[in-house]
Amino acid sequence: MKGPALRNAAAFGSGLVFSLGLGIAGMTRPSKVIGFLDLFGAWDPSLVLVMGGAVFVGLVSFALILRRASPVLVSRFVLPARHSLDARLFLGSALFGVGWGLAGVCPGPALVAAVTGSVPVLAFVAAMAAGLVAADRFAPGRDGDEETAAAPPPALAVTLPATVAPQPPPAVRETTCG
Amino acid sequence: MPVATVNFTPVPALAGGLLIGIAAAALLFLNGRLAGISGIVAGLFEPAGETSAEGRSVRGTFVAGLIAGGAVLLVAWPAAFEAIDPAPATVLRFALAGLIVGFGSRLGGGCTSGHGVCGLSRRSVRSLAATLTFMAAAIAVVLVRLHLPGWVR
Repeated sequence: MKGPALRNAAAFGSGLVFSLGLGIAGMTRPSKVIGFLDLFGAWDPSLVLVMGGAVFVGLVSFALILRRASPVLVSRFVLPARHSLDARLFLGSALFGVGWGLAGVCPGPALVAAVTGSVPVLAFVAAMAAGLVAADRFAPGRDGDEETAAAPPPALAVTLPATVAPQPPPAVRETTCG
Repeated sequence: MPVATVNFTPVPALAGGLLIGIAAAALLFLNGRLAGISGIVAGLFEPAGETSAEGRSVRGTFVAGLIAGGAVLLVAWPAAFEAIDPAPATVLRFALAGLIVGFGSRLGGGCTSGHGVCGLSRRSVRSLAATLTFMAAAIAVVLVRLHLPGWVR
């Protein structure tokens, strides 16, 4: 690993650009999001382009990036370990969709729009934090992510027992997907 | 279906989407992590023993970047935000929505960013299933809220 300051600067920059993207795209306006979800009203297809643009860049770049042995600033990629389609995935996603449709706000835009000091948005953010913590407490069993040293031979880092904690830690429970 | 061309904003939508993709690619390329917001925020609340110090600080600075971006938008692109009626009923609806969004995204392992952007970019079948599920649920809720007769709402 090289330079915690550099890692933090990179994460900050990514968060900043992500935020600007959300704002410019209009995702930070609940009425815009509801306009997209309102298929049976005056449908606004803008979000198709938001997601399409983001996934287009992602499809091309992720394939190239994950071909690397490691990321630039740390030794391992941290990726979701679970691969099955289970009830947890469908129930959780359906609940998430219900909340998304109820307010037109999802986690990223909520944090960005919180700077406006809007009371409904702040209420959303506080309740969202409570919901995230509640899910960990009342519905545990979520698989952690796995750290892979390299994409082609991924076996080594994953099979190490989690009880020993050498440097760097092999199978730390990580939560990055979301 | 009637498409509201007055509301359709293809250029900023595409530009914003490209920026989101670039930011997610940068986080994966540099920090080896997926830009899933609900997971990143949830990780901040995990007990110190369950997560690495590196993970914790990187998640913290990513969220700080999100909020800093909000401050930049406030000055440079105020059209990103709209006034939301602070009536008690609206605050209650947003709080309920936030609670369900938090619980659901943690249970389902992701939200619009983790499944919708990063997961689809990784060609994850789980994320495709999750994205179709939350889209359908959200569209159904908006249909009920906006178009069904009052006694259903």
